[in-house]
Amino acid sequence: MNEREHLIDLVDIEKTFGTSTVLSNINLFIRRNEFLTLLGPSGCGKTTTLRIIGGFERPTRGDVIFDGKSILNLPPYKRQVNTVFQKYALFPNMNVAENIAFGLKIKKADSRYIKRRIEEMLKLVNLSGYDKRQVTSLSGGQQQRVAIARALVNEPSVLLLDEPLGALDLKLRKEMQMELKNMQKKLGITFIYVTHDQEEALTMSDTICVMNAGVIQQMGRPEDIYNEPQNVFVAKFIGENNILDGVMRDDFWVEFAGKNFVCVDKGFARDEAVDIVIRPEDIAIVAPGGDNLAGVVRNVTFKGVHYEMLIESAGFVWKAHSTVMSQSGQEVGMRIAPDLIHVMRKSEYSFIDALPETLVERAGLSNAERGVYTMPVGVAASSATH
Amino acid sequence: MIRLLKKIYLAVMLLFMYAPIAVLIVYSFNASRSRSVWGGFTLDWYAQLLRDKSIQRALSTTLSLAFLSALLATIIGAAAAVGIHSMRGAFKKTVLAVTNIPVIMPDIVMGLSLLVLYTYLFHFFPGIKLGYGTLLVSHTTFNIPYVILSVLPKLKQLDPNLYEAALDLGCTPIKGFFKVVLQEITSAIVTGAMLAFTMSLDDFIVSYFTKGDGDNTLSTIIYSMARRGVNPKINALSAIMFVAVLLLLYVINSFDPSKAQKANGLGLEGES
Repeated sequence: MNEREHLIDLVDIEKTFGTSTVLSNINLFIRRNEFLTLLGPSGCGKTTTLRIIGGFERPTRGDVIFDGKSILNLPPYKRQVNTVFQKYALFPNMNVAENIAFGLKIKKADSRYIKRRIEEMLKLVNLSGYDKRQVTSLSGGQQQRVAIARALVNEPSVLLLDEPLGALDLKLRKEMQMELKNMQKKLGITFIYVTHDQEEALTMSDTICVMNAGVIQQMGRPEDIYNEPQNVFVAKFIGENNILDGVMRDDFWVEFAGKNFVCVDKGFARDEAVDIVIRPEDIAIVAPGGDNLAGVVRNVTFKGVHYEMLIESAGFVWKAHSTVMSQSGQEVGMRIAPDLIHVMRKSEYSFIDALPETLVERAGLSNAERGVYTMPVGVAASSATH
Repeated sequence: MIRLLKKIYLAVMLLFMYAPIAVLIVYSFNASRSRSVWGGFTLDWYAQLLRDKSIQRALSTTLSLAFLSALLATIIGAAAAVGIHSMRGAFKKTVLAVTNIPVIMPDIVMGLSLLVLYTYLFHFFPGIKLGYGTLLVSHTTFNIPYVILSVLPKLKQLDPNLYEAALDLGCTPIKGFFKVVLQEITSAIVTGAMLAFTMSLDDFIVSYFTKGDGDNTLSTIIYSMARRGVNPKINALSAIMFVAVLLLLYVINSFDPSKAQKANGLGLEGES
């Protein structure tokens, strides 16, 4: 019998707590041995989705299919799934070895086997020799490793990770990202990873599922999500962007910022209003004049690899990256290649200038970091639309 | 200057609180029967106390009552705390309020209402009388809230993911509770049990109302002895009880689970 490609299918999942709906119309599949990330701001329902897969939450509607069979009525302790909790949830009264052995002891495994597995796991997470240590005496990063070992020792088909690196400092986080990714490849286990950090998601995932307000916004490979965001929310959440209103004049012909551009998109209605996304690194700074967009440099910030420039053009402030420095006040031209103009259909997110401030703060990022700035998009819109 | 005043204030406070007990303890060693004249040092009253059969009986009743009622209250109270912890909303608030009532209610109301209840029930079960059984039920009843109140905060502190982690690793809900949750709240349960034991030792009013004719606890026997006339044996008995309760409180307060655990951890590290 050939293996099914989909290991887990979530079918029409809806979840309500009291009167509030936290998940609606969730349909997603997880392939065998894939690293899938649920990405979104706090409160978007990503953790609830994970808890539904783990069996800690029962969906109000819909079904959870595991390897072709519904596991909706299966309690957590009967699922072939293990979880790494956000705050580790290590058993404080047990030492490292006892924590790791817990699952095997429950299954009444042979004590020599348990001993061997503990050593294997400690080696896997780089904690050899820590077996007798109390978990409360370990650092956050070490506790994290114990939590991963405690879950992996049970040889689950799927490992669920709920923002496992959230409490670690930046350097440790980067290291753990690589380690986790390597571990996943080495063990050939399906990982379902929850995070609000878009960079983390882009670095580690095979597939990203961007969520907001309990709804899946886009699912795809990291490159697809980054290069072809399906709506303004995804575009804003995933990176720094210039987002403008535009009008699709015809196939391969779009008007925005008061100019007509050749693009690679087609299939829109004639004169359909659309959202235009242009990444800062996709804008080429050239000499003013000619057919290029004319603008004035308002601000230059050195960012290490490149300079970040704010360029005002026809009432809209563009963010552009360039390795060549320009002076503030200098007149420049901007050129955008046709395949770097991303045209998206209008969505419910088209009319928000920025993510709600509270949401952004809770996600631990400022608006500036996310590439959302408060310059009036509306100004650009009025100049762009007819 | 202010520091000195502070110290004096504290000294006066402690004097007011402990002077009566100090006098009582001093006079338990008084050779004279008088409460105003010092007749020299003696251990006579303690010796008499040890020979007094009724006091010995009362002592054993008191201790077994305290132990059994604390045990029962701990089992019932700990289970109740776990139940209350998992409740939500208005129902939880109501149950908590009802739980707290016996703690704030005056003992006399508690004692009287229990007596009324028992007399009513005896009407249906004519064979049963006031006695050790009713004492045990009464003490267990007023002890339960103390156990609940000491276990609940510990449950609130507990990371809810701990229990979920146990389920995740293959525990059934019952196994998960005994293997993980119970381990974590043991210190609070022990504190609650010791508190219940102390409350039972300490009680007079409820015991007075619900005891049978033949049974006496230490507090009720002291009361009946004091009514018959002053006997310095009472001083000796009270002094012993004071010291016993003091020791018990000291044990409860020094029972710090985090310290115990640290010692354990160090021991294990020494092994490796």
